Amino acid sequence: MTQAPTLRASGIVKVYPGVKALDEADLVLHGGEVHALMGENGAGKSTLVGIIAGAQRPDAGEIHLDGLPVSPSSPGHARGLGIRAVHQELTLLPHLSVAENLAIGGYPSRAGVIGWRAVRRRAREALAELGLSIDPRRPVGELPIAIRQLVAIAREMQGEARVLILDEPTSSLDRTETERLFEVVRAARDRGVAIVFITHFLDQVYEIADRVTVLRGGRVVGAGRTADLPRLRLISLMLGRDVAERESRLAGRNGESEPAEEASAPVVCARGLRRGRALRGASLEVRRGEVVGLAGLLGSGRTELARAMFGADRPDAGQLAVDGRRRRLTPRRSSRLGIGLCPEDRKSQGLCLGLSVAEGLTLAMRAKRGWWRPLRRGERQEIVGRLTRDLAIRAVDSRAAVGTLSGGNQQKVLLGAWIATNPRVLLLDEPTRGVDIGAKDEILRRVRSMCDHGLGVVFISAELEEIVRACDRVVVMRDRETVGELRSGEIDEHRIMRMIGAERRA
Amino acid sequence: MTLRLLRSLSLVPASAWSLLAAVTLLLAIYLSAGSVFPWFMSWRTAATILDSAATLGLCAIGMTFVILAGGIDLSVGAVLALASLVTAIALQRWGLPAWLAIPLVCAIGATYGAAVGGLVHSARLPSFLVTLAGMFLARGVALLMTSEGRISMNRVPVHLWGSGVRVVGLTLPALVFLATLGMGALVLRWTVFGRGVRAIGGGEHAARLLGIRVARTRVGAFAVCGLCAALAGVVHSVGVGAGDAKAGELMELDAIAGVVIGGTPLSGGVGSIVGTGVGVSILKVIELVIVSDGSLSAQWAKIVGGGLLLLFVLLQRSVGRITKVWAGGRTDLDPHRREAQPVSRAS
Amino acid sequence: MSRPGRTAPRVWWPLIALAALTGFNLLWTDGFARLGLDDGVLRGPVVDVVRNAAPLVIIAVGMALVIATAGVDLSVGSTLAMAGAVVAVLLTGPRWGPVPAIAAGLGAGLGIGLVAGVLVSGIGLQPIVATLVLLACVRGGAQLLTDGRTVSFQDSMVLALASGHIGAIPVPVVVAGAWLVGLVALVRTTALGLFLEAIGDNPVAARLAGVPVARVMMFAYVVAGVGAALAGIIVAADIRAADPTTAGKAIELDAILAVVLGGTALAGGRFSLCGAAVGAVLIKLLDTTVVARGVPAQATLVVKAGVVLVVCVLLSDRFRAALLGGLGRR
Repeated sequence: MTQAPTLRASGIVKVYPGVKALDEADLVLHGGEVHALMGENGAGKSTLVGIIAGAQRPDAGEIHLDGLPVSPSSPGHARGLGIRAVHQELTLLPHLSVAENLAIGGYPSRAGVIGWRAVRRRAREALAELGLSIDPRRPVGELPIAIRQLVAIAREMQGEARVLILDEPTSSLDRTETERLFEVVRAARDRGVAIVFITHFLDQVYEIADRVTVLRGGRVVGAGRTADLPRLRLISLMLGRDVAERESRLAGRNGESEPAEEASAPVVCARGLRRGRALRGASLEVRRGEVVGLAGLLGSGRTELARAMFGADRPDAGQLAVDGRRRRLTPRRSSRLGIGLCPEDRKSQGLCLGLSVAEGLTLAMRAKRGWWRPLRRGERQEIVGRLTRDLAIRAVDSRAAVGTLSGGNQQKVLLGAWIATNPRVLLLDEPTRGVDIGAKDEILRRVRSMCDHGLGVVFISAELEEIVRACDRVVVMRDRETVGELRSGEIDEHRIMRMIGAERRA
Repeated sequence: MTLRLLRSLSLVPASAWSLLAAVTLLLAIYLSAGSVFPWFMSWRTAATILDSAATLGLCAIGMTFVILAGGIDLSVGAVLALASLVTAIALQRWGLPAWLAIPLVCAIGATYGAAVGGLVHSARLPSFLVTLAGMFLARGVALLMTSEGRISMNRVPVHLWGSGVRVVGLTLPALVFLATLGMGALVLRWTVFGRGVRAIGGGEHAARLLGIRVARTRVGAFAVCGLCAALAGVVHSVGVGAGDAKAGELMELDAIAGVVIGGTPLSGGVGSIVGTGVGVSILKVIELVIVSDGSLSAQWAKIVGGGLLLLFVLLQRSVGRITKVWAGGRTDLDPHRREAQPVSRAS
Repeated sequence: MSRPGRTAPRVWWPLIALAALTGFNLLWTDGFARLGLDDGVLRGPVVDVVRNAAPLVIIAVGMALVIATAGVDLSVGSTLAMAGAVVAVLLTGPRWGPVPAIAAGLGAGLGIGLVAGVLVSGIGLQPIVATLVLLACVRGGAQLLTDGRTVSFQDSMVLALASGHIGAIPVPVVVAGAWLVGLVALVRTTALGLFLEAIGDNPVAARLAGVPVARVMMFAYVVAGVGAALAGIIVAADIRAADPTTAGKAIELDAILAVVLGGTALAGGRFSLCGAAVGAVLIKLLDTTVVARGVPAQATLVVKAGVVLVVCVLLSDRFRAALLGGLGRR
């Protein structure tokens, strides 16, 4: 029953400047088993698999493969050891044929001339091993994403594969595609390979995984057989807090009187928004002076909803109204209408890292005012000074580049830039991720105090505790649609988790 | 035969459609030209077009390698000029025999290309910038080599070289062009280097996983381009009987146009050498039509070429988008990741 | 790397290089220091250098705006030729007055800039491709306009653009100065400069902040086009003729070099218009110096191409990383 594990990573520590990404993390993988690795953004999943697959070097800890100590120094080295990874951004060449993409590590060739017969024969063999029937001559770019995924798996299964890491392989697949993927995963498992499966879909974990390891904040907070781990327990491990403990503490709150529901009309109102596979029916409205929490696991569509409500992406269907008037929004129009978005991915979407703090803080405001309106030095200093003070932005001086600040201070610059526009509604997508405790508190407090002055906020966070603390109303998303709402008296982590964790409807 | 052809077409639809569009365009232009000028409909005219397309075609073959590898080379015209001068100097002044002079010139071209590729790869500079500088470097060196800008080869009867050679009516330049075309196609299809060129254009990271030596392949692609441009210079100098420092001005644009019209988009990774042959032929047929019309100025050829390039770039973008949506559902499943890349960085 | 917090581009380096090259010429080139008032007009080799640099300054400033958006405009040389051709043809053919002719020339530049802007920001073509096509088409168009010939003209007002003086200062210098100061004022008092830098730094974030990305990029290409046209009119006035075949050849390389020398990275973001102007003067001084050393004029092409490569390699991240890594290991 308990044979020796295929791979044992123990006490892995990885420190990035300012953050401890992994803190004594352990992972034990058995051959012939699917092992789900769970955790929200920033929990350390990618770092952990990155270390196992040789993309990163740990600062401490050991890895044993088949009982022997190994230290994968590069992805190539790890491949050679039999540790293979299929990343979310598939490393396939779209213009080349399936056969060529399977010819990993070198074409069979003589004097530089490729033996196409051998290439195709090998490809057919590799595909047959997993029971796939794909024409090896077709260019990969022509195949649906789901099939590409299978090609990538087939590629990594060639040769002496011992460990196969699948990083969110199902994030863009539909039900039947996922089924097909699982068949292939099972075929790989039955060949004795230890499979690491990263996903955010609970149903899939229970469907395919034999074991689970849950990471939070760089630590392993739970590990064990899937069968022994109830769904709610898994969610609470991922999102923090013990459900039972919370329940007892929340007894008092439920009795609180519900605050008089403001009859004010919603500022922004989204109804039944759909967008490709990213959003499948999401509704949300924001009124002045309220904080609406948007809860859901990663990949539930919470980011996509915020982006659609800001006009960053155009929805395919559904209604979007501002002040009761239907609008087609673009970021520019939204900003003029008093809507702001602090995107989830600060560095690539939120901030111009090369600009100075003062410029970063005034960019959105000047964009809203129009390019021709000059900003006098005095006014600029007043605004920058006020925001720096209010948000406690710690920078050498306001001429320092935004990129030189710490994560928390960058987040404050992003928030400050939108506060400077005097918005009526702010969509905050994970404003507290990658931010230290102190800054988190400052951000939350600032948001609350602005709501008291009439600002409406949509607050997205992976940490339920924060949502419970900060929000007047919570809308829950699952599988890219909004599935329910909790009013002020009903908000507690347990209820949110139950809504998140409900079984997928057939 | 046709069945196999069809099947191989269906293997690479995106590029096949562009290739098909190019072939259709070539036939359409040729036939409509033939309806106006009946003499167009002769093998002789076709051979003349191939003959005149030789220098541009050679440059475009090299350009295809670079574009497939995800780069661009703005220096082919200047390298052609420099090579034509070196050929003239080697044959006329030094009196080298042709079997020595021509490989020497080609070696110089390849070395130059390799240097460009090395710089692009090691310093991670945009290839347009390096080759723009290379263009002025080569042109400047060419201008420095001769005060009057031309070296005529009156001592060597080069103009006689090709005169006797006619294979099925084709002249020597046309034969060199077609032979290089065939060689290029074979290299791209059958060698590890050729597949590597496509692979690094499709994605450098994935190419590494395929076991491609990226540095070597990129340098190789630019070296092939330099070699082809030098060969074009040899053909040019033999054709006009002189080396000319001003030859090939703006030829880089025509070469790029030929490549793109022939179904190799500038994004790299996909396309074909045969298509490049077709693309270059289209440009040359248009040029011949404009010249023989007489009422149109020769400048129109340049403008039409530029316009066609633009048209095909736009066409390929929309075709690419459609086939992607068609194959994989929506491509913008993950808008963040897509947007995370800079919109249009110079490459 | 000395002060990581500082974000301003380094305008000091081109200034130092300019000073050094000037010093070199003062020491080694005969009569370089000659500077005097002649008929109330400043004359001397230094004045000539600045005067000759005026068209390049005008173009480089526009190019700096385009490069700030992480683009490049290769069509400036052709636009220069086109503007000259338009002015010359209108003056000699239908005998337009100088003012409408100049306006038409500038209008041509505006139109070309608009087309480039639409292709790049509207349709989303790579800037090199879009402007390379324009380079060929516009040059062909200019040649069509004049039938490929050089068109001479004699209009005192247009000629004054090159040879006249305002006070003691040559008109081209005044025009270039006004262009530079005007643009700096426009870009720095309004939000345009901030928008340009934001777009070059991170176009996605700029869009999400509400910046009108397409329009700002359009602005950059239009300024580059109008600037090239203005330079083209000055160049034509200088030689009293429009030569559509050779005018403005290779000036795009000079302009890019000037911008890079002026401390603006080709990757976009931070830009310096004054730096680009200083870079342009530096390049012209380099030309003059090379000629004064008795090196054939053709060699300047080679020298400049070499300088471009060396400067770009020195500025590239890879090289810096290697250098810093090397220092770190020691």
